[in-house]
Amino acid sequence: MVEINKLALKIGGEAGYGIMGIGLIFAKLCMRSGLYAFMSHDYPSLIRGGHNTSHIRVEDNIVTSHIDTCDLLIALNKETIDLHKNELTLNGGIIYDGEEDKIANAEIRNDIRLFAVPLMKISREISGERILRNTIALGASVALFDIDLELLFNILKENFNKKGEKTVKMNIDAARKGYEFIKNNYKKEFRNKIVKKERKNLILLTGNEAISIAAIKAGLKFHCQYPMTPSSQILTYLSSKADDYGIVVLQLEDEISVINTALGASWTGARSMVATSGGGFCLMSEAFGLAGMVELPLVIIMGQRGGPATGLPTKSAQGDLQFVLHAAQGEFPRIVLAPGDVEECFDLTLEAFNLADKLQNPVLILHDVYLANNGKVIDLPNIQYSVDRGKIAKDEQLDSVKDYKRYEYNNNDCVVLRSLPGQKNGLYSCGSDEHDEYGQISEDPENRIKMMERRMRKLEYAKELIGNKMTKLHGSIDADITIIGWGSMKGRILEAMKYFEKDNIKVNFLQIISMSPFPVDIVNEILRKAGFIIIAEENFSGQLSGLITEHTTIEIKNKLLKYNGVPFSPSEIYDKIKSMYKK
Amino acid sequence: MTEIKDYTQGKITWCAGCGDFSILNAVKRAFVELNIQPENLAFTSGIGCSSKISYWTKAYGFSGLHGRGLQLALGAKLANRNLTVFSAAGDGDLLGEGVNHLIHTARKNIDVTLILHNNQVYGLTTGQKSPTSEKGFITISTPKGVVEDPLNPLLLALTSGSTFIARCFAGDLNHITKIIAEGIKHKGFSFIEILQPCVTYNYLNTYDYWKERCYDLQQNKYDFTNKEEAFKKMHEYGKKMPVGIFYKINKPSYEELFKQTKIPSYKHNIDNINIDKLFEEFR
Ligand SMILES: Cc1ncc(C[n+]2csc(CCOP(=O)(O)OP(=O)(O)O)c2C)c(N)n1
Ligand code: SF4
Ligand SMILES: [Mg+2]
Repeated sequence: MVEINKLALKIGGEAGYGIMGIGLIFAKLCMRSGLYAFMSHDYPSLIRGGHNTSHIRVEDNIVTSHIDTCDLLIALNKETIDLHKNELTLNGGIIYDGEEDKIANAEIRNDIRLFAVPLMKISREISGERILRNTIALGASVALFDIDLELLFNILKENFNKKGEKTVKMNIDAARKGYEFIKNNYKKEFRNKIVKKERKNLILLTGNEAISIAAIKAGLKFHCQYPMTPSSQILTYLSSKADDYGIVVLQLEDEISVINTALGASWTGARSMVATSGGGFCLMSEAFGLAGMVELPLVIIMGQRGGPATGLPTKSAQGDLQFVLHAAQGEFPRIVLAPGDVEECFDLTLEAFNLADKLQNPVLILHDVYLANNGKVIDLPNIQYSVDRGKIAKDEQLDSVKDYKRYEYNNNDCVVLRSLPGQKNGLYSCGSDEHDEYGQISEDPENRIKMMERRMRKLEYAKELIGNKMTKLHGSIDADITIIGWGSMKGRILEAMKYFEKDNIKVNFLQIISMSPFPVDIVNEILRKAGFIIIAEENFSGQLSGLITEHTTIEIKNKLLKYNGVPFSPSEIYDKIKSMYKK
Repeated sequence: MTEIKDYTQGKITWCAGCGDFSILNAVKRAFVELNIQPENLAFTSGIGCSSKISYWTKAYGFSGLHGRGLQLALGAKLANRNLTVFSAAGDGDLLGEGVNHLIHTARKNIDVTLILHNNQVYGLTTGQKSPTSEKGFITISTPKGVVEDPLNPLLLALTSGSTFIARCFAGDLNHITKIIAEGIKHKGFSFIEILQPCVTYNYLNTYDYWKERCYDLQQNKYDFTNKEEAFKKMHEYGKKMPVGIFYKINKPSYEELFKQTKIPSYKHNIDNINIDKLFEEFR
C-alpha cells in the first residue's frame, strides 16, 4: 500500500557536502506541493568532516517535530548507511552511489529497497567534479515520491541564480538525470508518494528566522551581537535587512560591549535587541542587572546549547533555565519567556518588545538549538500587532510636569514616565547605583525600600500583561497522565501525545511559557487536579521541576531527563512515559 | 546662551582638593562656551570617583558599569546622532576593566568625546594600583611597589585609531576647558587624558609634581597631523611632560556611515511596519 502525503526523508553525509542545503530544498518542495513539513539538522561543530544529517518530515497536517525513523535515506557516503539503516521503516529505501559504496546484501534488512544511483559518475559527467551528487540524489528522491519535477527546477533556479546561469543549468541537469535514472531503472512504486494539495500561504521558518522577522515587525531599531551558536543566524539575517528597515545592526568586540551598547541605544529611545547563547549571556549578566536597575527596555534572545563552558556547541539542551532566572547580582524583575515552537518564537518576540517598553525592563526570550535551527512549515502568521511604547513621555507631558522625577516613588504604578535624551523638560541622570527619585545616588534605607518595592512590583504587572500566554494546556483538563514541558520539547510532546490515543490513555500537556513571572495559580490548579504527573526536560537536574516546587511546593517525582546532546524523539518520550506509568 | 548653573546639580562627595573638581568645572565651562543645551547632552560614565561626574552634571546622564561607560556612549550616539555625546572614565575603568572597548570604539571613530581622569590609582576602592601607576608606586595592593611598567594611554588611543588625542593637567582649568571644547568640536572620536591628582591615595603624582613637569605642546612648532611626530611626543614621559593636542586628523565619523542614523531611532515610525516582503523569501 502506498502512503500518500506522509513521509520522512533523511539525508546524510560528511559535513561540507551541502546536506542542509538539500534538506531545505526538499522541505520547500513539499511546502510548494501544499504540504506541511518539519526539517531538523544534526551537525557537529566542524566546518568540514564529521557526520551531518538533515531530516524532513512531511504531512498533510502541521508537523511539530522530528521523529527517529525515515522512509527514505539518501546516503552520500557509506557511513550514513551504517549509522542510519535501522531507522528505516518497513519497505523503506536507500538512495546511494552503487559504484562508490559497495553494500553486502547481508548488511541490509531484506524489506529495504536499494536504489543504486551512480551519483559520482553523473556528477563528473556534468561538472567534472563531485559537487552535484546531492542534487542528483535529490532528483532521484523526487522521482520516488512522484513530486512535480518542475517545482524542483524552480527552486534550484531561485537557489543558484546568484551563482550564475552555468551553476543553475548544471544543477537542473543533475536533478533531471537523477530523476530519470530512477524512472528508467526502478519502475515499482515506492512506499510513499506526494499528491499535490491546493494549500497556499505556507512558509518555512526556523525559530531564529521567526524571531528576527518579528523583531523587525516590532520596530527593532538597534541590534548588536557577537556570533555564537545557536543565535548567530539572527545577526546575519538582520544585517541583510538593516538598510531596508532602518536598523542599526552591529557586530561588536564582545558580549559585554554588545549589551552595554544596546542599553545606550535603548536609553535614547531605540527599540533594542541582543542575541547570544549561554557563554555570551554570562558576559552580559552584569548589564542585565544594570538594565533592571536603571529601568531600560531591552529584548535579549538567549539560545541554549549544551554547557557548561563551550560544552556541546551545536547540540540542543535546556540547561540554562535556572541560570537566566538568577543571572546577575541582586534582585530585580527578571522576565523570562520560553517559546515552544516557531509560531511562539514569532508571537513572543513581538510581545517582548511591548512588554519591555511597558515594564521599562529587560525581557529575555529563552530558546535552544532545536528551536533556533530547525525549520517548520507554518501558515503565514495573521499578525495583529500594535506597537505600545508604554510610558515614554511626549514633550507636552513633560512641559506640564514641574518637578520631573524619573524614578518617582509612585505607589499606584510601578512604571514611571520616561523622558528621552533630547527632551527639554525631562533631564535626569541615572546610574547603576541605587538612586533617589531624581536618579541621584542614595543609600538612604527608606528610599531603598521604596525603590526596591516599586521595581519588584513589575513582576505582578508583567503577569497581568502576559496574561493567558503564561501557560498552555494542551488536551483536556481531565487526563490520566499530565506531561509538563517547556521550550522546544513542546513539538515532541505534542507528537508523543498522539501515540497515546491508540492506547486509550488520556494525556494532557502543561506547557510553561512564562518562567518569570511564574504562573503559580494556574500551575497549582492544574497539577493539584492531575493524575500521573511527569516532567520531560533536556537537562540533568530537572530545572523546571525545581522551579515548580519552589513556587507551588508540589514535588514532581517522575522526571524524564536527557542531557546527552541528542534531542528527545516523540517515540522515546512515549515509550519512557508509558513504561513509567505502568509501574 | 547657557550658564554654568544650567549644568549644575547634585551633592558632590569628592575629597576636598581632588583634581576632579577642576575637571567638572572645565567640562561645564566648555559646555557653556559651545552653548550646548543640557537636554542635547548625553553624558555617560563608568564607575569610580571620576565617573560620578555624570551624576553631578545637569544633562541626560548615565553612569553605567565599571569599564563600560564608553559603550553607552556608542549606543547613544548611533541611536540619536543629534545629541552631543560625552563620556568620562577613570584609569582603572577605561584601561583596566574596559580596555578592549577603548580599542574598538576608538577605531570606529564614533563622534564621542572621552575624558580619562588619570589619577594613576583606584580612588573609589581606596587606593589600589592602577594600569597607569608608576613602577615602584606603593599602594595597599602593592606594598613592595608596582612591578609592571605603566600603560601609556595616549599611545593606546593613537594605535587604536582615535582622530583627536590630547592631554591636560587638572591644575590648569583654562587649558582643560579649551581642550575639551576642541574635543567636542572635533567630529570623530576625541580622546583626552587629564592628569588628575588624587589627594587622598596618590602621594606621588601631586599638583606640584605635574606643575614642574608639564609644558604646552602648542607653545612650540608642532604639527599635530603628523602621526609619527605624535608617536614620538607621546613617548616623552618623565622630567618633561607635554600637554596639549598631540594628534588631530579628519576622517568620516562612524555614525555618518549609517544612513539609518540620519533620523534619531525613536523618531522612526514603527507602527505598521510591512513585512510581507520578508515572508516571500520563505515560501
Ligand atoms: C565589575 C566591577 N569590578 C570592580 C568594581 C569595583 N570598583 C569600583 S571603581 C573601581 C576602580 C576605580 O578606579 P578608577 O577607575 O581609576 O577610578 P577613580 O576612582 O580612580 O576615579 C573598582 C575596582 C566594580 N564596581 N565593578
Ligand atoms: S579618593 Fe582621590 S580621586 Fe577619589 S575623590 Fe578623593 S581625591 Fe578624588
Ligand atoms: Mg583612577
